[in-house]
Amino acid sequence: MKHLYTWSAIAAIVVASVSGDVFLSRAMKQVGDVGALRRRLGSLAVVVRVLRNPWFLAGVLLMACGFYSLLFALSWGDVSLVGPASASLTFVGNAVAAKIFLHERVDHRRWMAALLVAGGVVLLAR
Amino acid sequence: MTFRKYLVLAGVTIFAAVGDSFLSHGMKQVGEISSGDFKDLLLAVANPWVALGILFLLGFFVAYLTALSWADLTYVLPASSLGYVLLALIAKYFLHEQITLWRWLGILLISAGVGFVTQGPALTHHHPACSEAEADRELVGSRSHT
Repeated sequence: MKHLYTWSAIAAIVVASVSGDVFLSRAMKQVGDVGALRRRLGSLAVVVRVLRNPWFLAGVLLMACGFYSLLFALSWGDVSLVGPASASLTFVGNAVAAKIFLHERVDHRRWMAALLVAGGVVLLAR
Repeated sequence: MTFRKYLVLAGVTIFAAVGDSFLSHGMKQVGEISSGDFKDLLLAVANPWVALGILFLLGFFVAYLTALSWADLTYVLPASSLGYVLLALIAKYFLHEQITLWRWLGILLISAGVGFVTQGPALTHHHPACSEAEADRELVGSRSHT
């Protein structure tokens, strides 16, 4: 039963952080190249522009949900399971979500990168 | 990719790894916090290591958002995962933790993944904020690699 709780919390972390990352990425693509914008409009205008973007606010909210799920997961399961399991599943989930929702061209090179990093994270926690 | 953009990616990596190690070091000094005890949680911020860690993680967030403003999510995440490697090295040399053979293997895999993704283009889809010429140039550059 405790196992089920831990894995549901891990699933919640993965869903919240993947959607949070996708939202933040979409927000920043709408805002545009921050370096170029800052040279044109100044730092304050860029900050205002980011903070007023609804995708950004939703992304931060989802990140916060992910963090709270992490706290719950850690209270039920070992950190050596929760940490790498959620991190590596998030890497693979991000590749899938970026392809579907952000229309990024995830070629074999990026799939390989996501899988290698995910595998590496699992090994780091052994 | 300009030098400045690599600098931002390095910032994502370094701020995250150093911030996490500061937080870890600080929270070990603070000791265990019982869940739901918000007063303890507020006091934890008074620990200088924890405060410094939070400052570094704020720096990470700014660098991360900057990188996302001109690069794909599937580029930024693997590229910045070198932070895991950095974290392991900090753990070994500053926090004096043992690194097993499995961990070195994990570090090797992550580095290989980073190598894969940074050879390719940073941005693969067109959007109004990015000039099409720049995206095309990066795509052509990646083809000559393969």
